[in-house]
Amino acid sequence: MNASTAPPAAISVAEVQMVDGYELVIGLECHAELHTATKIFCGCPNNFGDEPNTNVCPVCLGLPGSLPVLNRNVVELAIRLGSALHCTVQSSIFHRKNYFYPDMPKDYQVSQYDIPIDLGGYLDLPSGSRVGITRAHLEEDTGKSSHQGGDGRLHGSSGSLVDYNRAGVPLLEIVSEPDVRSADQAREYLTELRAILEATGVSDAKMEEGSLRCDANVSVRKPGAPFGTRCEIKNLNSIRSLGRAIEAEARRQVDVIESGGTIRQETRHFDERTGRTHTLRIKENSDDYRYFPEPDLVPVVPDEAWLARARAALPMLPAERRARLAGALGVPPSDEIVGVLVERGRDELFFAAVDAGGVADRVAVHLQHNLPPDGPDPIRPGALAALTKMEAAGTLTATQAKAVLVDLVAAGGDGDPAAIAAAKGFEAMSSGALDAFVDAAIAAQPEAWAKYLAGDPKVVGAFVGSVMKATQGKADGKAVTALLEARRAASA
Amino acid sequence: MSATDNDNVREPDTALAVAADVRAGRRTAVAVLDEHLARIAKRDGEIHAFNLVLTDQARAAAAEIDRRVATGDDPGPLAGVPIALKDNMCTRGIPTTCSSKILEGWRPPYDATVVQRLAAAGAVVVGKTNLDEFAMGSSTENSAFGPTRNPLDVSRVPGGSSGGSAAAVAAGFATVALGSDTGGSIRQPAALCGVVGVKPTYGLVSRYGLVAFASSLDQIGPFSHTVADAAALLEVIGGHDPMDSTSIPQPFPDVSSMLERGVDGLRIGRITDLPAGADPDVIARLDEAFTVLEKAGARIVEVTVPAFTYGLTAYYLIAPAEASSNLARYDGVRYGLRVDAPDTTRMMHASRTAGFGAEVKRRIMLGTYALSAGYYDAYYGKALKVRRLIAQDFARAYEHADVLLTPASPSVAFAFGAKGDNPLAMYLCDVYTIPTNLAGHPGMSVPFGSGADGLPVGVQLLAPALGEPVMFQVAAELERSRR
Repeated sequence: MNASTAPPAAISVAEVQMVDGYELVIGLECHAELHTATKIFCGCPNNFGDEPNTNVCPVCLGLPGSLPVLNRNVVELAIRLGSALHCTVQSSIFHRKNYFYPDMPKDYQVSQYDIPIDLGGYLDLPSGSRVGITRAHLEEDTGKSSHQGGDGRLHGSSGSLVDYNRAGVPLLEIVSEPDVRSADQAREYLTELRAILEATGVSDAKMEEGSLRCDANVSVRKPGAPFGTRCEIKNLNSIRSLGRAIEAEARRQVDVIESGGTIRQETRHFDERTGRTHTLRIKENSDDYRYFPEPDLVPVVPDEAWLARARAALPMLPAERRARLAGALGVPPSDEIVGVLVERGRDELFFAAVDAGGVADRVAVHLQHNLPPDGPDPIRPGALAALTKMEAAGTLTATQAKAVLVDLVAAGGDGDPAAIAAAKGFEAMSSGALDAFVDAAIAAQPEAWAKYLAGDPKVVGAFVGSVMKATQGKADGKAVTALLEARRAASA
Repeated sequence: MSATDNDNVREPDTALAVAADVRAGRRTAVAVLDEHLARIAKRDGEIHAFNLVLTDQARAAAAEIDRRVATGDDPGPLAGVPIALKDNMCTRGIPTTCSSKILEGWRPPYDATVVQRLAAAGAVVVGKTNLDEFAMGSSTENSAFGPTRNPLDVSRVPGGSSGGSAAAVAAGFATVALGSDTGGSIRQPAALCGVVGVKPTYGLVSRYGLVAFASSLDQIGPFSHTVADAAALLEVIGGHDPMDSTSIPQPFPDVSSMLERGVDGLRIGRITDLPAGADPDVIARLDEAFTVLEKAGARIVEVTVPAFTYGLTAYYLIAPAEASSNLARYDGVRYGLRVDAPDTTRMMHASRTAGFGAEVKRRIMLGTYALSAGYYDAYYGKALKVRRLIAQDFARAYEHADVLLTPASPSVAFAFGAKGDNPLAMYLCDVYTIPTNLAGHPGMSVPFGSGADGLPVGVQLLAPALGEPVMFQVAAELERSRR
């Protein structure tokens, strides 16, 4: 199954975040570096963290006479993301975006403009809301300046160095509609987009390495009013920063409006230390990039067969995996356990264990709480299934099962849970034996028993605790509770 | 055959003759080269065809050709042929200046595709030739290193922008040469210097390593004494190059085999609504060319290309627009001239102010304006529409004609300074050549008699895209008629 055949999800309206009676309106522009072996227009390696200016050639340095040739795999990945975001993947062209900047080798950026490869889609979020995708377009990344002296920023620096390893790294800019209504929803959008980029192999989407970067367009308005003037907050480098920046910016805008001011359209920077945004650039006249069609490249016209191949090769996407897991567990897709297991990539292990006869809800609980969250699968599906079957049969208590699980993981994820349980002395406790422990606990705590008989449920824990202690954890708490209830019924 | 021969009297060497002799061991590449170097030593001080003569590299390359011939190896179809390169084609480790101060000190780390192909075919590069700065001009007066003189009359310009390459071939400094043609920069100087010059179909010759002026119009092409040499050279440099996305994915068509076919039954078009302005001597030679072809069995047909007239206007929006972007990279940051200033923005400004000449600055400003918000639709956008119209009008004309004949230049070579102060007069030099570039079609100039003051006149042949075979077929007939 792939994205295009997935059942339509039920769409809910996102909760609107209000600041002193103003609604937040947010649109997001995310730049994802594509996970390709080579750059977008030349054969240089697309590697992060190499020695500066080692992955360069005449093309990505923009030397006189050099010409770009589009990397086919870049188109493949753009088709893949477009399909995953339900976009129309169309024939597209590149433009030149002209402006002078030292880290841009040609002093223009080759970028798609009014005819992007991916047009008009949407992203459904785990909590059930939908964010429209305006477009996703291809472009080349610039080099990276580092400013020497001062505080590391251009102002006050004594000189600058430029690393062109990043120049020509392929990027997809993914532009959302202004559909986001809260900082939480923005974080959720970015989290989900990152998951899709990773799942499809389009990008490794590491915000800390800059392979996924996010700009937020933020405005506020009174409910029902037209959109307010927006400010663009640039280069947010973590999901947490995105949320903080949006809230700080919304607060600032509301304060400006409430004190009688107006919002200027401008580009702002979010300062992690102060938690505030400040002006980077004022867009008094809209920037004139003198876009025109890039004459050195030909139109990108992927044929229907290519599109079909790319769609067919899409892996199952996070939303679909959540729906599938939620169905198996009988909970809504927005349930926490569903999100956790899919985010950890443990849903495949879940289904394998259930296929091996495991008990679904116990398997899920172990995966969520009792097994390591990261790394390769810590346990074989068969072993996990066998363990949960013993729990369901009452042969092991939840506490005992956790202890057995620890040993199974320590043994490399495989082994016979029954043998481990036996070795630990977790033999099944006969109901007669448990009766005796319960009677002893009642006898030892007459005052508590009187309260229990009077209908105080809080004392149940005291009895269960003492039985557990006496049986060294071998008793099943539920069975103890049931026996207490039976005693009360008999004494009535 | 010695270097002391009178070059203007002696029948010039052809690339085909040189290569045949060198491959057969009748002459050595070194001897051929030395004849050319001697002519350069004797006369280039006056002509200034070259920005750089590669004496040592050329000798080494020629000696290597001779060594290979001696060992029974075939160095290729251009074995030992001395060739001059317009100085806007990248040569590894060798300065490539575009006749601009802005590229001062820059040595490309790579060879242009055409340079690689020439080397693989055994050609010997003798030097890098002068041009109007960044190929912007029609007289080679716009070079930062001083003008090139026309070898046929040193008081006159050689045309441009590939004036150095045209002059080098005309003066016998190189057997053949390469130029680049964006709006006529091969065909016009070929006409003014009395040599053959070809602008191929856009995409037939790789632009990789050609320093861009206007990317959608630029094409590399040959200068030569004969139509057959031009064909041989094109067959070496042409054909698909994966390094150029606009390169046509097919080999260069076989044109050499078309040269002896004659023109019997071909339809030669006369454009009845061609822009006026050509001198009477030029028009007279054109009329004679029609007569010659008709006598040889071709049929003369009248066609109209209404949009031809608008070519010049559209060109002076499209070419500067692309140039304004292509030339942005000369900012002093990575290579070439840098004029120091307190910050990056001022450094870029100072470097570009000092590095570019007046004509380049004029075109950068024209192009920047044409692309600016609010003007794009009225200027650049409209020029693109005119460009499509020109292609459509040509397509209709080619339903009736196989080849069109026009003047290559409105006049014979003009005196220095005659148009230097008037950009519009200079721009009109290319009125007959520009529409072909806009359409992406091939065109060539063939010497056809002389005009005022005994200076050569060139007739221009135009053909539809990939129409090189029939274009060369007709060119060879015109050439035969002058023998």
